[in-house]
Amino acid sequence: MENNEVTELDVNTDPFVVAGRTLSSRLILGTGGATSLSTLERALTISGTELTTVAIRHFSAAGAGNVYELLQRNNVIALPNTAGCFTARDAILTAQLAREALATDWIKLEVIADEHTLLPDPLELYSATEQLVADGFNVFAYTNDDPALAQRLQDAGVAAIMPAGAPIGSGLGILNPHNISTIVARAQVPVILDAGVGTASDAALAMELGCDAVLLASAVTRAHNAPLMAAAMRDAVRAGRAARLAGRIPRRDTALASSPSEGMMQTLVGEF
Amino acid sequence: MTSINITFNSQQVQVQTGTSLREFVSTQIGKDLDAESRAVDGSKLGVAAAVNGGVIPRSAWNATVLENGYSVELVTAAQGG
Repeated sequence: MENNEVTELDVNTDPFVVAGRTLSSRLILGTGGATSLSTLERALTISGTELTTVAIRHFSAAGAGNVYELLQRNNVIALPNTAGCFTARDAILTAQLAREALATDWIKLEVIADEHTLLPDPLELYSATEQLVADGFNVFAYTNDDPALAQRLQDAGVAAIMPAGAPIGSGLGILNPHNISTIVARAQVPVILDAGVGTASDAALAMELGCDAVLLASAVTRAHNAPLMAAAMRDAVRAGRAARLAGRIPRRDTALASSPSEGMMQTLVGEF
Repeated sequence: MTSINITFNSQQVQVQTGTSLREFVSTQIGKDLDAESRAVDGSKLGVAAAVNGGVIPRSAWNATVLENGYSVELVTAAQGG
């Protein structure tokens, strides 16, 4: 951002547009793992998020509509996911149910290869993407940090590419920053770093690498103090975005003095 | 009154013969539904239904009559992701 007049980022100076909607926050939260709904609500409010993922599960009268009502009450958009699906077929059914239940054609598409890694199955993911795009969905594709696969998903018409920084829930941060940068450099749709964030610096790094937004759940919901971590993530995403737009200095192998060498006292110069 | 057996969210349950999906969902969620399966009180339902593995749009709930051996799944948003 060359314009030195812009010193604060907000929805006017730096809108986040995804699937035709403008959001004021580049932090997307997941609701999984929260110890209580009241803690979750405080974390959501403090984070400033406008978009939050939910899973689609069997209705039970005991827990009727709690999360859905919580999101509605706080004007947070629900982004349903297909978590727990191992095949394109299951993911598509889940997406169709989510569209019916929540009246949205947005779907965070997760098609998992196995329980151990929770990493996406590329073939099932691609197959589900093609079918859901054809069915009119805005697909937010949770993918491996693979630039080639990200390109294929983009060509298939996804609304956003969501590469994993590290395995879900691992808190390992961004294991391959170079791949994330490569995905960002070639993306025509928003890139949302998804999964792996453990702490605030991970979220800031994602934004510094050029991601358009960050999605995280466990890092906040499983933190010792979830609302405080939500605040940290809010600030980290903003800071990382500002740093990205401000333009970091190039890395150098040698030092470069920031104080001028002219005007040194003569007596001191002689000592060096 | 005769009854039939269906599988509802992985549990075996009995319902009266001739029960529509609209009537069944209405009982489960505790809300009165009109003929188009909208909540009479104007609230959003936040649920979706599948019968035998296929999604049934809300507009078709009234015309979908449950039969013996059917599998009904009713889902909603839950914490996750």
